Amino acid sequence: MSALSRRLSSLDWSIHPPYLHAAYESTLLRSPQKPLVPLPQTLSEMTGPVYGHDEIQPLDHDLTRNAVSDGPPIGERIIVTGRIVDEVGRPVPNALVEVWQANAAGRYRHLVDQHDAPLDPNFTGAGRVLTNRAGEYRFVTIRPGAYPWRNHENAWRPAHIHFSVFGRAFISRLVTQMYFPGDPLLPLDPVLQGVPDERGRARLVADYAHDVTEPEWALGYRFDIVLNGSRMTPFEDPDADDDE
Amino acid sequence: MSNSRLPQTASQTVGPFFHFGLVDRGDENNLVNDAVKGERIVIRGRVLDGEGEAVPDALVEIWQADANGFYNHPDDPHHENADPEFRGFGRSDTVSDGQFSFRTVKPGPVPFDSRRFQAPHISVRVFARGMLTHAYTRFYFSDEEEANAADTILNIVEPERQHTLLLERRESSEGPVYVLDVKLQGQDETVFFDP
Ligand SMILES: [Fe+3]
Repeated sequence: MSALSRRLSSLDWSIHPPYLHAAYESTLLRSPQKPLVPLPQTLSEMTGPVYGHDEIQPLDHDLTRNAVSDGPPIGERIIVTGRIVDEVGRPVPNALVEVWQANAAGRYRHLVDQHDAPLDPNFTGAGRVLTNRAGEYRFVTIRPGAYPWRNHENAWRPAHIHFSVFGRAFISRLVTQMYFPGDPLLPLDPVLQGVPDERGRARLVADYAHDVTEPEWALGYRFDIVLNGSRMTPFEDPDADDDE
Repeated sequence: MSNSRLPQTASQTVGPFFHFGLVDRGDENNLVNDAVKGERIVIRGRVLDGEGEAVPDALVEIWQADANGFYNHPDDPHHENADPEFRGFGRSDTVSDGQFSFRTVKPGPVPFDSRRFQAPHISVRVFARGMLTHAYTRFYFSDEEEANAADTILNIVEPERQHTLLLERRESSEGPVYVLDVKLQGQDETVFFDP
């Protein structure tokens, strides 16, 4: 059996959430119901936007400094780093990683967020960075707070950082969320629990990383990301059968 | 080969609060500047839910070739011919009426394989609160009838659903405007692909 016949989609649907996940109420009217149409991958899928380091501002990676007006933001300073690789483990260099998050009190700097928690005049909660040649990224930020949402009675989102990642091809595009280890809200969260596979959920939880932690300054977390690549076809990968 | 693959990182919803992280830097929905070559067009539409209601917190991303059908990307075998001024990527949020819009150029035909070309098209991703995994579709141009009729991918789609992929051309004082709504669910649900 070739890789092509084993898995037709570049997205592994045993890992990614299905469109309809009733416990997350907003999926009810926003989930496509017709089967997806398998699409042959063409140049349009195998290419994608190219970004350069000149587009990144020097403080874009440091959310504790990129929006200060009269002092440092309130909260627990953290370092979040990780490696972005493709499915065969190759690092993805020059990948644009964008993050956005709530402040330490669980409030977003966003008109729609009406949570009764303070905004921080020194924190926007948005950053961006490109991966280096080894596929590594690094942000400095404030640990976000949990926040309520109205999905169900007494619903709270666990603390999380939103991630948007561009790989080499448009097909590798990923938007996800990073969670924190040991958070008691994780098993109660319909968004995380929408991931059908337990190990898939576990991989969205960052690891505390003592080697990333900097003395007298900030705790470190490691969050590695695997982007989907092209599926192999017998034409692209004549050795596929040999590898299995 | 697939046995040795690393498991993919799972998708999660973009949520309702992405704007300050993804679209508030400037005109992310404008793909052109004065130096870009090609016919200026506007692409516009709404994202609608299963009851036909506007989705005010969706994010639409497009990726396309330049006016001559070249991608500004090293994996395009002819990328040295690509318009250096045209990246080909744009993103638009939707607002209260669910509307997204882009200013771009009409893409040229890109190869399907070594013998055939594809009809001009734009690759589209839709993200939203309530979508744990994004959806992938394509926009084609209704005024490219001949190319569309010969397009390998359009012809995979059931004939009665092909219209959900066709931008309709309208003339305006600012030039051609191509319009298409994205229907996430229900009657005339947009064709979404699994690439
Ligand atoms: Fe959030």
